Amino acid sequence: MVGLTKTIGVLNLQGAVREHIRALEKIGVEAVSVKKEEDFNIIDGLIIPGGESTAIGRLIREHHLEDRLRQFHQDGQAIFGTCAGLILCSTDDSHPTQDLRLGFINMDVERNGFGRQVASFETKLDFKGIDKPVEAVFIRAPYIQEVGEGVTVLAEVDGRIVAAEQNNVLVTSHHPELTDDFAVLEYFMKKVS
Amino acid sequence: MSERVVGTERVKRGMAEMQKGGVIMDVVNAEQAKVAEAAGAVAVMALERVPSDIRKAGGVARMADPTIIEEVMNAVSIPVMAKARIGHISEAKILEAMGVDYIDESEVLTPADEEFHLLKSDYVVPFVCGCRDLGEALRRIGEGASMLRTKGEPGTGNIVEAVRHMRKVNSQIRTLQTKSDDELMTFARDLGAPYALVKEVKELGKLPVVNFAAGGVATPADAALMMSLGADGVFVGSGIFKSESPEKFARAIVRATTNYEDYTLLAELSKDLGEAMTGIEIGHLAESERMQERGW
Repeated sequence: MVGLTKTIGVLNLQGAVREHIRALEKIGVEAVSVKKEEDFNIIDGLIIPGGESTAIGRLIREHHLEDRLRQFHQDGQAIFGTCAGLILCSTDDSHPTQDLRLGFINMDVERNGFGRQVASFETKLDFKGIDKPVEAVFIRAPYIQEVGEGVTVLAEVDGRIVAAEQNNVLVTSHHPELTDDFAVLEYFMKKVS
Repeated sequence: MSERVVGTERVKRGMAEMQKGGVIMDVVNAEQAKVAEAAGAVAVMALERVPSDIRKAGGVARMADPTIIEEVMNAVSIPVMAKARIGHISEAKILEAMGVDYIDESEVLTPADEEFHLLKSDYVVPFVCGCRDLGEALRRIGEGASMLRTKGEPGTGNIVEAVRHMRKVNSQIRTLQTKSDDELMTFARDLGAPYALVKEVKELGKLPVVNFAAGGVATPADAALMMSLGADGVFVGSGIFKSESPEKFARAIVRATTNYEDYTLLAELSKDLGEAMTGIEIGHLAESERMQERGW
């Protein structure tokens, strides 16, 4: 890539695409929507947003993006999955076999682990590598049951893992894009080369 | 780690943000809910009858039997919505206690209160409400709705009213953009809308919550049309399970909603679907049969 400005793609199939683009622009990063295979050619990193993991997984397949996503990961490019994006990035195999899991980060996931919408919450979250607690909004959020080798745990809520990383892949159960606290997004940008 | 706070505006509106670009389908049992989930629905609306059957049945339409709602909640992992009558505090509290993910304060059911809508800010569970214009949209947000949808004319399979309502809201937002700040109070008075929200919409250039299309979506092209008119997503009521092949219609409408500007694909998606639900010409509905006039 030419110049210092990084371009981050937001997978635009379903979910909180607009919010991620807004947050990226707020911190001065070029943000583009990614819907087709060729859209991957111009980006330095990818965000898989929150939404419904079953719907997004299905649309990834129907848009023939699965192979391109795996290639992007293999090339060592940075990927950030929030909520549904976390589920899609996991290796979890406790789900119905037709549901897509990309296996970018070695961990098992409990979908809707904090309960239904009435239990959705916000809180201040201690996040490894970030100096002060981050504003975190959890919506029908999953948590990480167990991480495998090579995965670093970054945050927990009452003993449940809600953020982790493995090489260039970062995942969070919560939605940084719904707040004006950009610390986690800036943390992700450090992975983008 | 500080404490968890539930039911905040961000948590309630955020839930609707996660549904954007998706399709929410009406279902009346666990089997239909599974079909909807497998087709890629982002949520289901659990009902006793779909709107077209409510029309046929006549009489008073009420909140669904909790058994049906529980059956649907147990069958799928996607969010489950349910309908309460306009102004029916107890139905809404019952649905909240059952843990449904979203309540639709809906004109499809017979209103319990012809004067007052629910004070939706009082609940932990988020609400979606129907609107025909910007004034109605902002009144509902003022009461605490976290998501809006067009009213359209439910159960007709006729898109014309949903189009009218989506165009009206968006055209009024554009008009609002042209107003100077000293004109806003009068604009708010004319709309019958809270002044603070009128100001907010002028600053944002859009509604502060998600706005879906509803009321008359029967085909993939209908869903695509509503997306191109600026809908954030689509509710399909009778359109799926009153069609000849629900699985096909459900899958095609989901893909059409994501790819609403890919006309070659839309042509493919519209092929060999079988018969869509039978539609009703709006002019043939008696005034008393129009659901959209319920609420204000």
